[in-house]
Amino acid sequence: MSTKDSIERFRTEFLEARSERQSDEPGWLTLVRTQALERFLDKGFPTPRDEEWRFTNVAPIVSGSFEAAPAGSDSDAAALKKRFQIGEQESHDLVFVNGRWSRDLSSVGDLPEGVAVTSLTDALSEHGDELQPILSQGSGDDTAFFDLNEAFLSDGAFVSVPKGVVVERPIHLIFLSLAPGKPTVVHPRNVVIGEAGSQVRILETYAGVGDAVYWTNAVTQVLAADNAVVDHYKLQRESASAFHVASLEYVQGRSASVSNHSLSLGARLARHDIRAELAGEGADVTLNGLYVVKGKQHVDHHTVIDHQVAHCTSRELYKGVLDDASSGVFNGRVIVRQDAQKTDSQQSNKNLLLSNEALVNTNPQLEINADDVKCAHGATIGQLDAEALFYLRSRGIAQQEAQRILTEGFMADVSDRIRLAAVRETLRGLLFREAA
Amino acid sequence: MTALIEIKDLHARAEGKEILHGINLTIQPGEVHAIMGPNGSGKSTLSQVLAGRDSFEVTKGQVLYQGKDLLDMSPEQRACEGLFLAFQYPVEIPGVNNTYFLKAALNAIRKHRGEDELDAMDFLKIVREKVKLVELDEDLMNRPVNEGFSGGEKKRNEIFQMAVLALKIVSSGVNSLRNDERSILVITHYQRLLDYIVPDHVHVLFDGKIVRSGDKELAMKLEEEGYGWLETKAS
Ligand SMILES: Nc1ncnc2c1ncn2[C@@H]1O[C@H](COP(=O)(O)OP(=O)(O)OP(=O)(O)O)[C@@H](O)[C@H]1O
Ligand SMILES: [Mg+2]
Repeated sequence: MSTKDSIERFRTEFLEARSERQSDEPGWLTLVRTQALERFLDKGFPTPRDEEWRFTNVAPIVSGSFEAAPAGSDSDAAALKKRFQIGEQESHDLVFVNGRWSRDLSSVGDLPEGVAVTSLTDALSEHGDELQPILSQGSGDDTAFFDLNEAFLSDGAFVSVPKGVVVERPIHLIFLSLAPGKPTVVHPRNVVIGEAGSQVRILETYAGVGDAVYWTNAVTQVLAADNAVVDHYKLQRESASAFHVASLEYVQGRSASVSNHSLSLGARLARHDIRAELAGEGADVTLNGLYVVKGKQHVDHHTVIDHQVAHCTSRELYKGVLDDASSGVFNGRVIVRQDAQKTDSQQSNKNLLLSNEALVNTNPQLEINADDVKCAHGATIGQLDAEALFYLRSRGIAQQEAQRILTEGFMADVSDRIRLAAVRETLRGLLFREAA
Repeated sequence: MTALIEIKDLHARAEGKEILHGINLTIQPGEVHAIMGPNGSGKSTLSQVLAGRDSFEVTKGQVLYQGKDLLDMSPEQRACEGLFLAFQYPVEIPGVNNTYFLKAALNAIRKHRGEDELDAMDFLKIVREKVKLVELDEDLMNRPVNEGFSGGEKKRNEIFQMAVLALKIVSSGVNSLRNDERSILVITHYQRLLDYIVPDHVHVLFDGKIVRSGDKELAMKLEEEGYGWLETKAS
């Protein structure tokens, strides 16, 4: 199938989907979808000739003939959920199976007064006024994948925390894919609104089974109003043959504090576009990430931290562990606008290559347009320290175990900062199993 | 009786340069030997060759460990069999907790010996005991391996590891890191080590060869007079 055909295909599918969609969808959303589709058809899929996609070739997605995922069975999904939940009673769980909210598998539990944790489609009726401006932000600057998500968005999570409210337990958004044996796609869309002075902790998990071929094309938008605190984790554990493309956007008000940890472990190809807009003075953002890949996996993080106003702080630390013939990309842009005096920004990307075939492209970028700022950035690519490896072995620790210990040690400054114990443990557990 | 270790005419080189020019040494079970020598004499090289560092190439000779070919074993096998190398400049390992590392090492060795893994409580008991023995600041156990340790702390940490991993200590006095059941070869850059272990035999390494052997009096003489007097004799 030519690229042209594969794009036109979406027009047909769009029309089909529209006729099947619930008739009670608000008119503004239909318009948003139509405009997004037009933008997508205009742009087409990116190719390695596009600067932002130089090292990530999405041709397998373009030619993959992915069909809209059919509903999955709850009983199949239940087993999968068990594997990925972080402990009963510990979180408010919202579960999606093949892109659809599952009432039976979700267990939201008791929430503080006024807090909404629900499916996006359900939220459209009750929270339409809040959602409309957020879902209507799409512009020519977004990636083709964002546009595609907007045109086809099926369901996702809606989280809204009112002024001053603190949600103690984490909210766990679990996206499970049960691929039916042919390539399928879902377009989850999540919206998180933290009103002024609120506090919330969110974990997004994306997971699938074995080596099922499917494509997740997700978008998550987070609004952190003045003084809001959002502690956000994403655990990407898709199947080994899956494709995961996701955009994540933060808009932060005055003194809003956002922390994100992106852990990308699964998928054959994963691309994460993460953007933080520091729009209110005194806001701070932490973007940390770990990517651990092997075989022929490819993982790409493109992050943008946009210091729009003065007195904001950003901290970014991404670490990658690449084995076998895997490959990775880190592209971190920090923009300091003219008005963003007293910006304090640190960015670092460190990579550990465990094999000679593994490959990584790292590109930290600073664009400074203000004069009174403190900015530092750097990147490294290295291998396991032969001396350290020998040291461990000379104390009786077998080579593989020594490598695992050192790899874990390499990641420690990111993993130690994960405040959600369950996520830390998950990570440790995964590494143990992978080494075995 | 099988010797614990038998080093026979050992030659080794690195990057094309021969460093060890034929070392001969036999250690019987229960004996404590120390090899000392001036800077550049080959102590580190000999230690690394015995411990299994692959950056050195053995060009001639043989090392038997309890009758088995030592040079054929992996570094971890050697350690599990009881060989312990105290590093002169131990590497710093950021992100790896000292306690975690030591516990992994001890359990690997115990597993090799067919013993059960230690649980956290029993392990802590051993740590507490040995920390006292070698006068190591216990806080160092909660830091990454050697990271930011002072030179002295690094050395002490090496001796501490030896106490935990390589020796079944019978009594607890400071003067007794000595083991009644197995032999010890100390290749040392630190005289201080002799405060903990009193050797039966002392060997002096000079330009890649053992040029003199004696008892602990030799060690004391070296401590007092240095190596100068050997130089004149050797040439
Ligand atoms: N990797 C290497 N490549 C080349 N030469 C080496 C290498 N390692 C050691 N040498 C040389 O071999 C000789 C012995 O070095 P070695 O480190 O074994 O001495 P040492 O007895 O440990 O000295 P010191 O007391 O100073 O630690 C020195 O001349 C040293 O420069
Ligand atoms: Mg030395």
